[in-house]
Amino acid sequence: MSTVDETGAGPIPSAPLLEVDDLFVEFHTRDGVARVLNGVSYRVAAGETLAVLGESGSGKSVTAQTVMGILDTPPGVITGGAVRFHGEDLLTAPDRRRRAVRGSGIAMIFQDALSALNPVFTVGFQIEEQLRVRRGMSRKDARKRAVELLELVKIPNARGRVRQYPHEFSGGMRQRAMIAMSLALDPELLIADEPTTALDVTVQAQIMDLLKEIQVERHMGLILITHDLGVVAEVADRIAVMYAGRIVEQADARSVYRRPGHPYTAALLDSLPRLDQKGTELNTIKGLPPSLLRIPDGCPFHPRCARAQDVCRTEVPPQHRPEPGRLSACHFAEELIADA
Amino acid sequence: MHETGENSGDNILEVRDLVKHFPVRVGVLFKRVIGHVRAVDGVSFDLKRGETLGVVGESGCGKSTLAQVLMRLEPPTSGSATFEGRDMLAMKGAELRKLRRDIQIVLQDPYTSLNPRMTVGDIVGEPFEIHPEVAPKGSRAGRVRDLLDVVGLNPEHLNRYPHQFSGGQRQRIGIARALALKPKVIVCDEPVSALDVSIQAQVMNLLGDLQSEFGLSYVFIAHDLSVVRHLSDRVAVMYLGKVVEIGTEEEIYERPTHPYTQALLSAVPVPDPELRGRRQVIRLEGDVPSPVDPPSGCRFRTRCWKAQDVCAEEEPALEIRAANHPSACHFAEQRSIVP
Repeated sequence: MSTVDETGAGPIPSAPLLEVDDLFVEFHTRDGVARVLNGVSYRVAAGETLAVLGESGSGKSVTAQTVMGILDTPPGVITGGAVRFHGEDLLTAPDRRRRAVRGSGIAMIFQDALSALNPVFTVGFQIEEQLRVRRGMSRKDARKRAVELLELVKIPNARGRVRQYPHEFSGGMRQRAMIAMSLALDPELLIADEPTTALDVTVQAQIMDLLKEIQVERHMGLILITHDLGVVAEVADRIAVMYAGRIVEQADARSVYRRPGHPYTAALLDSLPRLDQKGTELNTIKGLPPSLLRIPDGCPFHPRCARAQDVCRTEVPPQHRPEPGRLSACHFAEELIADA
Repeated sequence: MHETGENSGDNILEVRDLVKHFPVRVGVLFKRVIGHVRAVDGVSFDLKRGETLGVVGESGCGKSTLAQVLMRLEPPTSGSATFEGRDMLAMKGAELRKLRRDIQIVLQDPYTSLNPRMTVGDIVGEPFEIHPEVAPKGSRAGRVRDLLDVVGLNPEHLNRYPHQFSGGQRQRIGIARALALKPKVIVCDEPVSALDVSIQAQVMNLLGDLQSEFGLSYVFIAHDLSVVRHLSDRVAVMYLGKVVEIGTEEEIYERPTHPYTQALLSAVPVPDPELRGRRQVIRLEGDVPSPVDPPSGCRFRTRCWKAQDVCAEEEPALEIRAANHPSACHFAEQRSIVP
């Protein structure tokens, strides 16, 4: 068991930075119990980028919220599993301990920077607040550090900008300010939840470059939550694909794109319009993702799967290991990879 | 000045020097106009019968304002537009009603563009209330069923409300409504950008199928360059209210000549990790300038790596300069970006 090193001396090499282990989350709604996470497990090492890929409702953001300890309970209920940071289970840790980890151990940036920032305080104040409360810095030192952070994320005229309010920033600059804020306490792990979805492509490229640069420089762990298969291909070391609250495939980035190990991943890649070719008919995935109130028996993907057999309708596929370092929750994972 | 002129017989829509400025007012009691947002600032293009013209650009480039002017929802500040050879901006009364039948729109957000208090049958059938000549009262229910069937929805779901449908299905409802009056042109304003990847492909295929079935012409507005390439015959690239480059899908994607088009194409992440670090990447600095006070001369010059003094002084016209298609850059030069 190790503890979080507040001085930032770095993690113990062999233990993973973060380990999400068999996480189960339910949402109790008026219409019934939605099983939002059904046994999610992944690990992130220092300096590694894990992309969590999935469509809306697949559970990728709920996993992140559970890791950060910001899940709304109720309606959410964590019914099983563990979230270990440097080996310490955060789910059973006291609130005080969780607060200590938040920000300095694990920090998070959100999709919509405008609603994540407080409109009535200056950007500078919002960065400085953490430094004053958590690090006990004086106003003057905190201001100095806030300017440095804004310079780090390449905001021009940081000295002047630090006094401005979020609405005075453009979309790209707000996202930069949020990154600066998340870095204020030197986190070891950064969770970025759809950080560029609301941005234009040229700005998206700037932000992704910046995130990558900062991550390499600080040897930070990065969890990138996204639905964009293009962004994932450019930055991820490993990919976890989520569907109906499960991770259906996990592997290194190249393998996933070259030889997908789950029919859902394969179909998703097949349904993309490509910039480099004029297509005719796109391959589609028939039907819709299942309602989390009524997840189908067996493999949750079977009603939409072209390869579905009888076994898929009755038995939940276990995590197969079709190749070293790969996981796939498909009964036919080995065949699928061999065919590719 | 633009790519046609000789035979306008197959052009269903011709737009020339279209301008739309919105006044910026300050003051509570005595409102003063302190400037104008130059949302669309001199746009010209032709739309041929049965073709899809893609319009791409980043937020604030004026592509949605263009859609609103084409729909006659906003009066233009200046410029002209003809529909089947007739001045569509001057139309009034019965002629305008007819025009509204012929040009329909599919909106971006299927969650806010459908009235939550109306059933799907009422939503899709509402155009018939306004244009009863298209479907007499007795035949309407049947027409609505047919329309739902055409867009791949269950005709029996006529009495359901929008919240009972998923995002992709709602977008199909929006498409059925647009088809109700048998239009000739459909303006699609970001029709798939709110949808998940697996649903996006279904809706794009549907739009393609409907086009060939009904001989529709599309103005397809989107920010996603891959989506636009997939559906478009020709593409116009917009930046700060102006078209900076226009050409066939192949000309724009394989032989772009305007630096902005090149930067835009190179910024699109390609879903192939093998190409990581092997693609040429052009990174633009900063953000798009404000359309209230656009840069002098070429509007892209503040972010352009090729900018010279002439770019600040003289506005480059949209004309053929390189690679056989119009480009509004003094230093237009073909460069291939897409791997």
